[in-house]
Amino acid sequence: MKHLLSIEQLSKAEIEAILDRAESFAEVGRRDIKKVPTLRGRTVVTLFYESSTRTSSSFELAAKRLSADLVSVKAAGSSVDKGESLKDTVATLSAYEPAAIVLRHPHAGAAQLVAEWADAAVINAGDGKHEHPSQALLDVYTLRRRFGSLEGKRIWIVGDVLHSRVARSNLIAFKAMGAELTVCGPPALIPRGLEQLGCEVTHSLDRVGEADVVYALRLQRERMQESFVPSIREYAAHFQIDSRRLGARQLLMHPGPVNRGIELSGEVIDSPQSLIAEQVASGLVVRMAILYELLAAGETEPAPAAGNGATHATPIGQPA
Amino acid sequence: MSPTQLEMRSGESADLILRGATVLDPVAGIDGEHDVVIRDGKIAELATPGAAPDDGLETIDASGLHAFPAFFDPHVHLRTPGQEHKEDIATGSRSAAAGGYCGVLAMANTEPPVSTPADVEALCADARNAASVRVGFLATVTRGMAGEELTEMASLRDAGAAGFSDDGLPIRSARMLRRALQYQRLCGGTIALHEEDPELSGAGVMHEGPVSALLGLEGIPSISESTMIARDAALAGYEGGRIHVQHLSAAESVEAVRAAKAAGVQISCEASPHHLCLTDEEVRSLDPRRFKMNPPLRTEADRQALIEGLRDGTIDCVATDHAPHAAEEKEVPFEQAAMGVTGLETAFASLYTELVVPGALDLSLLIERMAGGAEPFEIERSSLAPGSEANIALCDLSVEWTVGEDGYESRSLNSWCAGQKLTGRVQMTLAAGQIAYRLRSFSIGVAA
Repeated sequence: MKHLLSIEQLSKAEIEAILDRAESFAEVGRRDIKKVPTLRGRTVVTLFYESSTRTSSSFELAAKRLSADLVSVKAAGSSVDKGESLKDTVATLSAYEPAAIVLRHPHAGAAQLVAEWADAAVINAGDGKHEHPSQALLDVYTLRRRFGSLEGKRIWIVGDVLHSRVARSNLIAFKAMGAELTVCGPPALIPRGLEQLGCEVTHSLDRVGEADVVYALRLQRERMQESFVPSIREYAAHFQIDSRRLGARQLLMHPGPVNRGIELSGEVIDSPQSLIAEQVASGLVVRMAILYELLAAGETEPAPAAGNGATHATPIGQPA
Repeated sequence: MSPTQLEMRSGESADLILRGATVLDPVAGIDGEHDVVIRDGKIAELATPGAAPDDGLETIDASGLHAFPAFFDPHVHLRTPGQEHKEDIATGSRSAAAGGYCGVLAMANTEPPVSTPADVEALCADARNAASVRVGFLATVTRGMAGEELTEMASLRDAGAAGFSDDGLPIRSARMLRRALQYQRLCGGTIALHEEDPELSGAGVMHEGPVSALLGLEGIPSISESTMIARDAALAGYEGGRIHVQHLSAAESVEAVRAAKAAGVQISCEASPHHLCLTDEEVRSLDPRRFKMNPPLRTEADRQALIEGLRDGTIDCVATDHAPHAAEEKEVPFEQAAMGVTGLETAFASLYTELVVPGALDLSLLIERMAGGAEPFEIERSSLAPGSEANIALCDLSVEWTVGEDGYESRSLNSWCAGQKLTGRVQMTLAAGQIAYRLRSFSIGVAA
């Protein structure tokens, strides 16, 4: 694997290889010195054209924990503000000979283009409304730790699917891992033809009790002005996940940032069923695993056996 | 009312013999092997193969080659004035000649748009200096394509406008199109329509369907096109106007035109090679250089409906919507890239390869439709009947070639079939009695 551009490009075995690797990094996180020398002397560039808290901070910390040199570029305040094209920006940053470029961009296919232009491994940290593969991997990782396997698990993705790259990547990833998917939201926020991707589409939460996992998406307030929904109040009345709708044995996920009181009620966010904090923690180890798989795997040792989730003991290197 | 005006560079009239060519002109009822004798730019005779005496004429061994009536494209973008970094009249018309075309109609969405008689006169003068094939210039329907005021259609027509179009944009207001159709009674000139409801298209960048759902790209629904066609056909019927619908892409649109024709509306329409050959599945590659255009590539069912429309005559002609763009306008993420692909140099070869070779379309029907873009604009169709002006596309149907391997005559590189292997290639084009194009590798050798 040279780049991580989409979940669609990954096989189940490749997904599992990354997750297995993440398990071993979880062990590193329990050490006193949480740093390994794997990427010492190599450079990771994060290039973010959109604001981000979780994704940018976890990729940056992941690179540092692997001892890489890190260059973080935010579009605001950079030469992008002066009208530099993506191609020229990438050419400029490539002069530092980075091993990896982590790209967040507001338009679909941006990471794929950068992969064509740059010698570095390219990691898609979100491209428009297209894909967000590292998010999907961390979500699968989080669920795999709970369930062991996603095979046959029923997952409901609820909310604004139309504008969500997370929904797309997760739908593909959860399906690849054997889960059964239902997508639920207001009709105008469900893309036409989505059911052909192999999920059930419904516009009612009546049957949400069937779900093992409810994955809620963020609803941006602007959607109301564009008449995708008539009002936030009416959206919440029909689609908010609250303690009335979320059963005691069901798990709750959300990619963040949450609009408290819109897609989720306060009490479910803070309930023991909520995996939201665990998702963030998973983000760090999964992003370490992604960097490792792209930059170091195959150089020093064979990748761990696919599907062997719990017991592999690949050495990660000594604390730095 | 003035006749439709076309302009090109004047040059030497051709005198030559295409010896032993397979001559196919379905409209003139010609299908057989002949020596095509061209004197003083006219088809003097279709002689029995080998029978025409040399008479000192240049003789081309055309055995195994096909001579077709040269094609006519009613929809190209020559980007002049204002965007000559993409194309100009010289490069665009050379590109047309390389594709076997003897004439094209240039759209008016330039910078500034072609909205005044002086604009049209300047372009006609340019074409008299630079054009390898006949070029007609459409003027905009509304001033500056703003959709708010009519242009001086009668003066524009007198200045040489070949018709009217706000192509690139729909005429949003039904009232405005109605006024234009009323005024058309005074000045003539077909009104060519880019049909799209901007309210439904929104910021869409591809066909709305499962592929757009997967890619997270905003979709342009098929009904954005068909509902506007239905509206405008009703307006044309009511006012007795003459409209031409540009670049049909959807099955619903073919149905809307079919219904309008059945109701007696003066309506014609075109389809582009890329819509006839490709579907939205291609967009999975997220390659805007080859696969981003408006209207967008649609589904296989839509593509089949277009082919059926071409067969049954609902679709009158093939038009390329040749839309050159500079490299940097396409080397950006899909949503940010400019809409449009080039097509003049590959139109015949792509349709021959994708439709005729697999048996989806008869060669003679393709030839008829490739030249069919003239008539909707009251321009005489090219003919191979003796006595006609020599407008000939000489093609080798057996040769395979890779698009772009020898570069392009066009200034731009955004061919939708770049890198594809196609069967059949134009070897030589005669336009208005002159030799407009010769493939560089095509031997001009005098036959023994």
